Amino acid sequence: MPADMNDFARELSAVPLSILLTLSLIFTALLLYAVLGGADYGGGVWDLLAYGPRAPQQRKLIEAAIGPVWEANHVWLIFVIVLLFTAFPSAFAALSTALHIPLTLMLLGIVLRGTSFTFRQYDSQEDHVQERWGRVFAISSVFTPLMLGICIGAISTGDIRVQNGLVVSGFLRPWLGLFPFAVGLFAVALFAFLAAVYLTMETEDDRLREDFRSRGLGAAVMVGVLALAVYLLSHEPAPLVRAGLTQRPWSWLLHITTGIFAVGAIAALWWRSFHLARILAAGQVVLILSGWALALYPFLVPPDISITQAAAPLSVLRPVLWGTGIGLLILAPSFLYLFRVFKGGPAFNPTDDG
Amino acid sequence: MAMSLGFHIIFAAVGVALPLLMVIAEALWLKTTDETYRTLAQQWAKGTAILFAVGAVSGTVLSFELGLLWPHFMDFSGAIIGLPFTLEGFAFFIEAIFLGIYLYGWRRVPAGWHLFAGVMVSLAGAASAVFVIAVNGWMNAPTGFRLEGGKAVNIDPIAAMFNSAWFPEALHMTIAAYQATAFAVAGVHAFLLQRDRGNFFHRRALVIALVVGGSAAILQPLSGDLNARYLAREQPLKLAALEGQWKTEKSAPLRIGGLPNETTQETPYSFEIPYGLSLLAFHDPHAEVKGLEEWPKADHPPVAVVHIAFQLMVACGMAMAAVSVTALILAWRNRRRLKYWSLPDQTWFLRTVVLVAPLGFIAIEAGWTVTEVGRQPFIITGVMRTAEAVTPVPYLTIPLFTFTSVYLFLAFVVIFLLLHQFRQSPRIMRHRATGFPKNATEESGHAG
Repeated sequence: MPADMNDFARELSAVPLSILLTLSLIFTALLLYAVLGGADYGGGVWDLLAYGPRAPQQRKLIEAAIGPVWEANHVWLIFVIVLLFTAFPSAFAALSTALHIPLTLMLLGIVLRGTSFTFRQYDSQEDHVQERWGRVFAISSVFTPLMLGICIGAISTGDIRVQNGLVVSGFLRPWLGLFPFAVGLFAVALFAFLAAVYLTMETEDDRLREDFRSRGLGAAVMVGVLALAVYLLSHEPAPLVRAGLTQRPWSWLLHITTGIFAVGAIAALWWRSFHLARILAAGQVVLILSGWALALYPFLVPPDISITQAAAPLSVLRPVLWGTGIGLLILAPSFLYLFRVFKGGPAFNPTDDG
Repeated sequence: MAMSLGFHIIFAAVGVALPLLMVIAEALWLKTTDETYRTLAQQWAKGTAILFAVGAVSGTVLSFELGLLWPHFMDFSGAIIGLPFTLEGFAFFIEAIFLGIYLYGWRRVPAGWHLFAGVMVSLAGAASAVFVIAVNGWMNAPTGFRLEGGKAVNIDPIAAMFNSAWFPEALHMTIAAYQATAFAVAGVHAFLLQRDRGNFFHRRALVIALVVGGSAAILQPLSGDLNARYLAREQPLKLAALEGQWKTEKSAPLRIGGLPNETTQETPYSFEIPYGLSLLAFHDPHAEVKGLEEWPKADHPPVAVVHIAFQLMVACGMAMAAVSVTALILAWRNRRRLKYWSLPDQTWFLRTVVLVAPLGFIAIEAGWTVTEVGRQPFIITGVMRTAEAVTPVPYLTIPLFTFTSVYLFLAFVVIFLLLHQFRQSPRIMRHRATGFPKNATEESGHAG
């Protein structure tokens, strides 16, 4: 095992620093998108599943919680895309060709989700109008992460084949299968879990908080079941990622940590330690995505496009890194300020309403 | 793609300019403590929110579409022009963050911070437009790399970003965004003011919109002149196409109207101003202007489309400039009569403002046609043809159809929602603010 670790370290140190830095920027943005933007989708899932006497308040809480931040959270995705096509243009070209259909569907979901959320707010406040937009918002909130998960699943299969810069595996095969679909469902469940955990911190109303606590526990069960399904299904279609998840030197350490976070998040939720649950749930998502990314390494699009192959020349990466660094100096404090203003206290208490 | 861009350019233009109007209104509120301005800022903020949401998602679609529809273009140029895209991403981010603070923070952050958030929204909006135009400028005037066997080598992203077309294009487009939006807003408020003469809400709104739109409309011809001279120097083929100039000649005339004919290589039915084009393009009546004959026919853009679109853009610009000058003269006459500046509210003037309201957006679409169609058959001037860049995915018409319908739907809903907002616009009839014309106060009493 230590020998493997050394191999990995040597491999990693062979990759130029600029490439590693750019890659970690992209990955960090993806993590933030999942941890923050993912919960906004999860909110939509709970909007769709709202029931019981407090259904209207549940929807109000979700709206109040994601309203001020969803647009900023969403930009992390744009950031990922832009950095990907700047720094790894051939990988971007291959992905956007091979996954043309699910990506297009995902975009459709993004458009409908974002606009319907805003339109609901500014359209007539009559019930039927609100309900119509709400329905579009909720359904597209489920559909979009499903497609995102399918794309991630498809990349993991290693079925996207590229020869001489051209995708030769067709437009259906890599993503149209049980495994990518299971990954899609897993993403939806994970985001729903994340959202339920966050939402317990967004209100001071006990009953509303309990609603989301029980939803969070339910979603945690779904996450577990689907994680198992993804693992079992990965045997056939995604040998590479499976190998990466089980046979690399860090595999077991990572799995155990992820497991601790997952169980810890559920336990914290169970014992109503909501603050801790929030940290652990977010950490769990970070660990899952990290495991996936490490399993792909050293590829971006396995098995034909590796990180070093796809990387743009250093003359391109350096200005991008500088630009990003300077940009972050403005961005980071602004982003923190946004969250301090809106996430420092409860977003909605039913009595606010009057 | 053209369809998406055609929509996006309008959403984006409003997204750049409406925050400025909103911030001006809020600043005036803080300065005068006149609540009308606060209401106005909040009303415009709603419009900004709607358009930003649509702009955000349509921008996401575009960033993906670049790869989905033009994978070879992105493969080739992603690395070269990624820098401005990245910076645009940041600007967009800042805009999203501060818009969140602005929209939801009226009661959560102190007034000064709130205004600051608004200023950041409007600055970041303008910055993101400027960065994205760097990309378009590069497509028109590619630089910062060397071609070797079809591959770009020696890439210098900084040089690519600071391409020669950037400054003139960005200036022209940013002014255009303010101008078009402000005129559209002015049109709406002029229309509503006509029906509800004493409503201070609309008077205040109209004043701000006219000042912003009018200044832009008067500055725009200057930036147009800069662009014309730039094109003459750097993109003479495009200039020749947009002027319908077939032959290379000295002392070239300026053609107004006319329908370029590809077969006869002439532009008949035009009114020619002698020396006009040489004068405009080179500030020298005898300068030589290159005609389309200098380039192989396979490299010509669709001349008629470009020429007509150009004429349309200039005509719209002239009309708006004329209205602006008229507004200035009328306001100045009010000042002489009443001893202070005041909104011209003659019915005929308000009607004219309503009439010219859509011209700014027509001009933007026409101008965009000029620069994009004027570059055809190339997607990157002289480097890559549009046909080479397109995706190999079959049945391309299906996603194209889907997105076109989605955008049509969005446009429809946005218009509907904005109308909904206008219908709900507040009536502020009586006002204690000083410095308001007497006759209007009488009118307001009358109307109320």
